[in-house]
Amino acid sequence: MIARNRRVLAILATLPAACLLASCRQGGILDPQGPVSGAERLILINATAIMLVVVLPVIVLTLAFAWWYRAGNRRAAYAPDWSYSGHVELVVWSIPAMVVILLGAVAWIGSHQLDPARPLRAPLTGPLTGPLTGDSPPLRVEVVSMDWKWLFIYPEQQVASVNQLVVPAGTPVEFVLTSATVMDAFFVPQLGGQIYTMPGMATRLNLLADRPGDYPGLSSNFSGAGFSDMRFMLHAVPPAEFEQWLGRTRGAAPTLDAAAYAHLAAGGSDNSLRTYGAVDPKLFENIVQQTMPVAAAPGNDH
Amino acid sequence: MLGKLSWAAIPFNEPEAMGASLFIIVGFLVLFALVTWKGWWTYLWREWLTSVDHKRIGVMYVLLALVLLLRGFIDAIMMRSQLAIAAGGAQGYLPPDHYDQIFSAHGTIMIFFMAMPFMIGLMNFVVPLQLGVRDVAFPALNAISFWLTASGALLVNISLVVGEFARTGWLAYPPLSELQFSPGVGVDYYLWALQISGIGTLLAGINMVTTILKLRAPGMTYMRMPVFCWTSLASSLLIVAAFPILTATFGMLLLDRYAGMHFFTNDGGGNCMLYVNLIWAWGHPEVYILILPAFGIFSEVIAAFSGKALFGYRSMVMATMAICVLSFMVWLHHFFTMGAGADVNAVFGIMSMIIAIPTGVKMFNWLFTLYRGRIRYEPPVLWAIGFMVTFVIGGLTGVLLAVPPADFVLHNSLFLVAHFHNVIIGGVLFGAMAGYNYWFPKAFGFTLEPRLGAVSFWCWLVGFYLAFIPLYMLGLLGMTRRMQHYADLSWQPYLIVAEGGALVILCGILATVAQLVVSIRTREQRRDLSGDPWNARTLEWATASPPPAYNFAVLPQVESLDAFWAMKQRGPMPPVESYPAIEMPRRSPNGFVTAFFAVVTGFAMIWHIWWMAILGLACAVVTLLVFGWTERLEDEVSGEQLAADARARARPLEPA
Repeated sequence: MIARNRRVLAILATLPAACLLASCRQGGILDPQGPVSGAERLILINATAIMLVVVLPVIVLTLAFAWWYRAGNRRAAYAPDWSYSGHVELVVWSIPAMVVILLGAVAWIGSHQLDPARPLRAPLTGPLTGPLTGDSPPLRVEVVSMDWKWLFIYPEQQVASVNQLVVPAGTPVEFVLTSATVMDAFFVPQLGGQIYTMPGMATRLNLLADRPGDYPGLSSNFSGAGFSDMRFMLHAVPPAEFEQWLGRTRGAAPTLDAAAYAHLAAGGSDNSLRTYGAVDPKLFENIVQQTMPVAAAPGNDH
Repeated sequence: MLGKLSWAAIPFNEPEAMGASLFIIVGFLVLFALVTWKGWWTYLWREWLTSVDHKRIGVMYVLLALVLLLRGFIDAIMMRSQLAIAAGGAQGYLPPDHYDQIFSAHGTIMIFFMAMPFMIGLMNFVVPLQLGVRDVAFPALNAISFWLTASGALLVNISLVVGEFARTGWLAYPPLSELQFSPGVGVDYYLWALQISGIGTLLAGINMVTTILKLRAPGMTYMRMPVFCWTSLASSLLIVAAFPILTATFGMLLLDRYAGMHFFTNDGGGNCMLYVNLIWAWGHPEVYILILPAFGIFSEVIAAFSGKALFGYRSMVMATMAICVLSFMVWLHHFFTMGAGADVNAVFGIMSMIIAIPTGVKMFNWLFTLYRGRIRYEPPVLWAIGFMVTFVIGGLTGVLLAVPPADFVLHNSLFLVAHFHNVIIGGVLFGAMAGYNYWFPKAFGFTLEPRLGAVSFWCWLVGFYLAFIPLYMLGLLGMTRRMQHYADLSWQPYLIVAEGGALVILCGILATVAQLVVSIRTREQRRDLSGDPWNARTLEWATASPPPAYNFAVLPQVESLDAFWAMKQRGPMPPVESYPAIEMPRRSPNGFVTAFFAVVTGFAMIWHIWWMAILGLACAVVTLLVFGWTERLEDEVSGEQLAADARARARPLEPA
């Protein structure tokens, strides 16, 4: 049993390192590609480190006490009536309290700096990411989660796309999000935190991709039968390439008006990529205000 | 005539569902046949089904929990198998319709019908004994509580055979759970099963609070109560405060679904955020309803097997009550990603972290109870030490999730799934198993086989780490929960390891079953005549194993904390001259019959069979009224009987 305890201890001690090693460079939240995800990873690592300072000794002491004070060990002291010590009490209340004070400060500052609704303006960078390039005005994207696909509307550019999101790298992106049906959550793990999309309401999220690349996105709130396929790719491209994409897309058929939207909403699970060369400028507002016809979830009934 | 019910409700075209249905039906038939063949019906009816003895009811709660643990675990292993193969383009063997029901049922069953009955059962069995009294405050109500919980469990399992279960996750967030998006009976099964069992739980909480506040042995002041009584009190107070919220929330969702109202719908001014807030205003206290009794069990077990008084009793009590209060102030941390402002998120994040302070104090106090102890490695203490190591890791990841910016990237990921399994398996289940091994000899008069108990522990411990460390890593890789299949092939190896972990846990469960069978077969060798097989400290060990129906012929006089330890220090008691007669609550079919009609009503509501619903409800009310006018509610136990029992107990202990 003692040997096994030791083995468990060895496994436990190497776990955090193994987690980090295995998870880096494979996408995911430990492989950030923007200032928001970079700062969130930093908080994750800092908070873990702060807690490990207490947690590791507790684990080691537990196993050490459990081994040393086993009934068979006649060299171990035995104090059957020892059950109170003011000094020990003071220490055991203070240690967790101090850790929480430290972490509370991290949480307070982090919550404000990384509030998803807060626009990304220089200087916001953490030590892991470079400074914002210039003062490029943010790109606004309206996001609609549907059963089961994603609709992205570029209100200023008057185009829209389904299941793919093209944004210029190095430019802050302001997302405004809603849902056409049930709750979903918009999440691009390598760029930053998720936010719920909810019917009749608009949430906000600000992200930025440091450099060009393809970053997978998904819905992270269960929304029914087609949920597992609610994936999309976020393509961060150089600004010039973004303009080219806009040029190719804009003016090309079809147009996203109320009829096209109703058709899209009724379509059910859909992985296809498509674009719309023109968008009804009031469309997103109408979806949020729920003046659009709402389709019942297809294929979810018996 | 039969509402929505028709032959189409039986899932003839789903082989897994039909197999499971067949298994349940055949199982019931075999059980029926066995009981009939052995002629056990009278015994079962008189001694168990109509019993109002808190010990019998506690045992039935734990039995229910163990059976439902098997059901919930079958769901778990089906999910793990699905995800081990559904990578890349593969769809696995469970289509979304089926998979979504399984994860919803797994969560619902494990929380409401495994963890809850296990904890309430142990509280029911132990608390009156530890308080040195003869029963709970309301014994007949206690039976109703249990049978209503069993009714809910039965309805959930009926959904396997007739109809379907919810496909909404275990908390059934609207709008997905609204009629518009879930028109089938699955959500109705979920809602009625939990409404019925929720009433049972609320009554159990009221009963336990009253018992602890009003019924204690002479001399047992609050600060002389065993820690398990304190944590049971805190847990029961939380039940009393939180379960009405759950009932009201489900009530509103039911009105949406049955009466066309708009509390949480997309249209008509409804708002799903209300539901999410309300359900977590119940849901977070619920977590502590489960873990606090487990904390109490560990306190008892660690002190008893270290041969020492618990370190920092006052601190433990304060920490317990602090957790009890704080648990109502943190619900928003379950949805930091809903878009509340930075101030709100930060306040709830910090409040959540503050709960870690009393929890950390408890951990240190257990540590200092081990310090300079003389630890005997019986199975209960193995679970306790496994808990201490495992739970701090779950606590670490929990506090991590309480930091809002970290939660933004971890929320709803497999990291979260790994976290709550870390605290529920590593905390609640390990606690339940420790309590089961610790108090089994008290309930049945013989100890459980320790080697198979140790095998069970090591399988659970190793299996837990194998199953959930990969899930932590997958969460960091960005894998979200409740996926039926996934595209990223690099996730598959982790999920195969996790499946292996689930199989190791299966070995642990089988070892527990084997332990029970072997122990029963060798019970004569493991008979405990002393009533105190562990040299323990609290009053439940002062009486015989199993205790007589009245627990104590003469209520013990309590003069200090660890009352039984103090009695043992003082030496043998002077013999009792004469026993005054006592009155014990009389057995009553009230709980069983009421619950039967509750099942009828729930089933009828689910299938919109209105006449049957009205009839069932009326019969349930009539049953209660009949019970209310029963004249004779108590049986007398005579002084001669008590004296004879005492002589019978003393005989084998006397030197030959």
